[in-house]
Amino acid sequence: MEMDGPVGANALDAEKIVGKPLDRVDGRLKVTGGAHYAYEMQQNSLYGFVVEASIAKGRIASIETLTAERSPGVKLVLTYRDAPKQGTGNHREAHPVLTGPVVSHYGEPVAFVVAETFEQARAAAYLVKVEYDREKGQYALPHHLALARVPHQPDGAPADSEVGNFSDAYANAPVQIDVSYSTPLQSHAMMEPHATLAIWDGDKLILHTANQMLNQGQRVIARTLNIPLANVRLVSPFIGGGFGGKLWVNADAILAAIASRYLKRPVKVALTRQQIFHVTTHRSDTIQRIRLGTDRDGRIAAIGHDVFSGNLPSEQVYEAAALQTRSLYAGPNRLTRHRLVPLDIPVASSMRAPGEAVGLLALECAMDELAEKLMLDPIELRIRNEPAEDPEKHIPYSSRHLVACMQEGARRFGWDKRSSTPGQVRNGRWLVGMGVSAGTRGNPLRFSRANVRLDPDGIATVRMAMTDIGTGTYTILAQIAAEMLGLPMGRVRVDIGDTIFPEAAGSGGSFGAASSGSALFEACHALREKLSGLAGMDPNTAHFGDGHIATGERSVSLTELVGSGVEADGEIKPGRNNQDFSQQSYGAHFAEVGVDQDTGEVRLRRMLGVFAAGRVLNAKTARSQAIGGMVFGVGAALHEDLVLDPRFGYFVNHDLAEYHVPVHADIPASLEAVFLPELDERSNPLKSKGIGELGICGAGAAIANAVYNACGARIRNYPITLDKVLASLPDQA
Amino acid sequence: MKAFSYERARSVADAASAASNPGVKIIAGGTNLLDLMKLQVETPSTLVDINRLPLDKIDETSEGGLRIGALVRNSDLAADQRVRQQYGVLSRALLAGASAQLRNKATTAGNLLQRTRCYYFYDITKPCNKRVPGSGCSALAGFNRIHAILGGSEACIATHPSDMAVAMRALDAKVEAIDREGKARTIPIADFHRLPGRTPEIESALASGEIVTAVTLPPPPPGAQMYRKVRDRASYAFALVSVAAIVDSAGGRIRSARLAFGGLAPKPWRVAAAEHSLTNTAAGANSFDAAADAVVEGAHGYGSNDFKIPLTRRTLHAVLGEITRT
Repeated sequence: MEMDGPVGANALDAEKIVGKPLDRVDGRLKVTGGAHYAYEMQQNSLYGFVVEASIAKGRIASIETLTAERSPGVKLVLTYRDAPKQGTGNHREAHPVLTGPVVSHYGEPVAFVVAETFEQARAAAYLVKVEYDREKGQYALPHHLALARVPHQPDGAPADSEVGNFSDAYANAPVQIDVSYSTPLQSHAMMEPHATLAIWDGDKLILHTANQMLNQGQRVIARTLNIPLANVRLVSPFIGGGFGGKLWVNADAILAAIASRYLKRPVKVALTRQQIFHVTTHRSDTIQRIRLGTDRDGRIAAIGHDVFSGNLPSEQVYEAAALQTRSLYAGPNRLTRHRLVPLDIPVASSMRAPGEAVGLLALECAMDELAEKLMLDPIELRIRNEPAEDPEKHIPYSSRHLVACMQEGARRFGWDKRSSTPGQVRNGRWLVGMGVSAGTRGNPLRFSRANVRLDPDGIATVRMAMTDIGTGTYTILAQIAAEMLGLPMGRVRVDIGDTIFPEAAGSGGSFGAASSGSALFEACHALREKLSGLAGMDPNTAHFGDGHIATGERSVSLTELVGSGVEADGEIKPGRNNQDFSQQSYGAHFAEVGVDQDTGEVRLRRMLGVFAAGRVLNAKTARSQAIGGMVFGVGAALHEDLVLDPRFGYFVNHDLAEYHVPVHADIPASLEAVFLPELDERSNPLKSKGIGELGICGAGAAIANAVYNACGARIRNYPITLDKVLASLPDQA
Repeated sequence: MKAFSYERARSVADAASAASNPGVKIIAGGTNLLDLMKLQVETPSTLVDINRLPLDKIDETSEGGLRIGALVRNSDLAADQRVRQQYGVLSRALLAGASAQLRNKATTAGNLLQRTRCYYFYDITKPCNKRVPGSGCSALAGFNRIHAILGGSEACIATHPSDMAVAMRALDAKVEAIDREGKARTIPIADFHRLPGRTPEIESALASGEIVTAVTLPPPPPGAQMYRKVRDRASYAFALVSVAAIVDSAGGRIRSARLAFGGLAPKPWRVAAAEHSLTNTAAGANSFDAAADAVVEGAHGYGSNDFKIPLTRRTLHAVLGEITRT
């Protein structure tokens, strides 16, 4: 179906299984080692190891592979001299490797060593000697803003938007805020490294690979290797986190495929932790300017958001940090602009709520600054700027409960105890402060298909090329099928993670559950009609429950109906609702931090996120997902900082000892996520909205605002590390 | 990682003898060495495993101190009842370091001999005088947030990352070593780690073929003990600044103070003038400031680590305030 018009009452509304806080159906497999990840697949394979470019820009002058080739166990040292010609495109279309002597970024693979064992391949990789002719490159975003251009992302939102007359309205506004914020380079830091096992069967390629969007990956691999789509199969039943880092195809998959074809043996490769930082994608740093012009009561007359980010000269993807500014607050005059700076560093791409995650770090702190200037409570400021419709597109919201999230959160968190003057609350050596932020994230829906089959043994099997990257997809799909077909959870089998199944959106951009779940809903709906027909019942009144279909007094066991099995397909497409309704999920974050009065160390004390995001499909996995996002909000505010050394054009701290993400000790026991009841009639048949990334959106800003409230340090360059706070601390007694 | 052969030492002398051969590395916990081998920073041809040598005991010395075997695990040392009661600064320093998993494996001698966490040292494609003498120092004009403000040289500003060693420095520990002839000697911890000067590749006073067998602690000094570690996250991060303090005070008057610092220098750092300035003074802002002046005298920031100078002052001030109130 296409999403046109309201959904109306449907079979999920009973919420007998959907929405319940059920344990993950794959939980036992995961904790007992029964869930096999790409690198764990056994296939008598050879092992590959990537040799990275140690310069950021230039050409390979010479490459000596003989020593490596003679090293024990080595089967192949692949370089640009013997790599096949591959298809090209931007990083979302193709991923050619070893294409020539040109090095376009640090860490770009320059050789691939394949040996009988991993250790042999790694040892030999260090024996490959590459000499370079270095060229001068441009690496640091702040140094090259003059080179900024307007990006053109064919499928993305336009880079700029303007409504009314921003500059006049801003100039005439009696209250103005004009502030610049910067966010650093960031890396996904998922637990499972990028890994692939490539197996050729004649002309057909099977890749066991860690990838979030299998059908997208299948297209990229076919195009890159110049082989028919039908000859590429991706298998990825379990993925150890992605955060956007596995949305696209990376070098591991292509190198393994090429080497395996050449050697006629399966080849397996995993990137090392250090390699991930340069060989794969990262999030660009951003420089953002926010301008807010209001009347004396705080009603926004002009809102402007300018964003700079960087990417390779050949790429158009920009960090869409002003996206949420187009719809979050009211105001007749609006201006958002994204500019992209060409840089000779690795590809910048999607990471954990691309756009909003870092855009809200700027916008929601600027709102805090505005509230202070107006001497208004930050929540009241937001209530005064709550729009009745999308202020840019002038269309209604599909559903929007931002104010309810703020008010419920304020009540639960004890917001009324916050002192509006910074630096007033102490607890021992800690200066204590509270902060709030709005959260929002776009609610996309993508094309997906599903197949569901009911067999005579009473087991319903769901099949789709969906992925579960740790979010709980297996579980919510099982819940949807169980609810729709009136079966207990234990009677539903979910087969995903393989492109032999019907095409699905995959996991990313907060569209996974809605897209795959809706396709499955439609498939189950179709199966209900078939089963009703077999039972001679009206599908509109037939009741499915306890493995039976019933109307009035008549009840038939499904197993008696299905013969040798009955199956049905379902499909979802975004429809008119995408244009007719402004669709976002919403939330409010509340944070309390302590700032050490002597050292400036910032530690989170407690945190609450209240969200309204349509129907919650599983209260437990939804909470886990939201908490995970909030934890990464802590990282964005306080820890994560991928440091570029502009002399070398590389990321200095490319390991998890020095690229800091929050550890357990950084996260207090009092960190909670709450979902308000909401059904969205326009989003999808499930009436749900995306929650994959909502947790991070605004979380960091609440922490930054709490730091300001604690000690008066308004840090506009993230992360908020102690060196930036020191100057604002009180004198020592 | 270069292929290597593996041997198990049968005796201390055996290990010392093996250690005198070029290309041989002693392995105990391996928590640092194996990482460095994977990154090709260390490329031993032979590993000699000393884990089965009987060096894992903590014994009381006749002087009333403790003798800690080289192979005592960091977790065991931190949890030892005598250490917790009499050398609290050491227990706390140990528990402030690494992660529980690493502490379970890491040994006393390995902790002392661990290598710097300088980002450039860890990357063999970057110049580093410590890794490749004469190749240059990438940190001097690079990203040096975790680097030294004291004791560095134009050749190297890497810090020693240990917490344990900082506490041992405050406790005036002594390192016992034995050479391949079986000759033992004792090295005061102050002399055990070397400043880089023009030879940053030489990090300790150990001679070739000499291995650490134990660390001895003198009887516990009078006064209260404290370890304060300032870092970018609450756990699993190296010290930006740490202070091991042992201060004997009563009624707001300081009789004596010992202060050792981590995160500031290529070795655990003590400044005698700072300690003397506190002797027989009233606890308070004036005496704390004077001590802080003495500690950071001659300190030099290199850009990203400039903040360590005010941070050191403030941290010391806070530690002295707290320890003289207890």
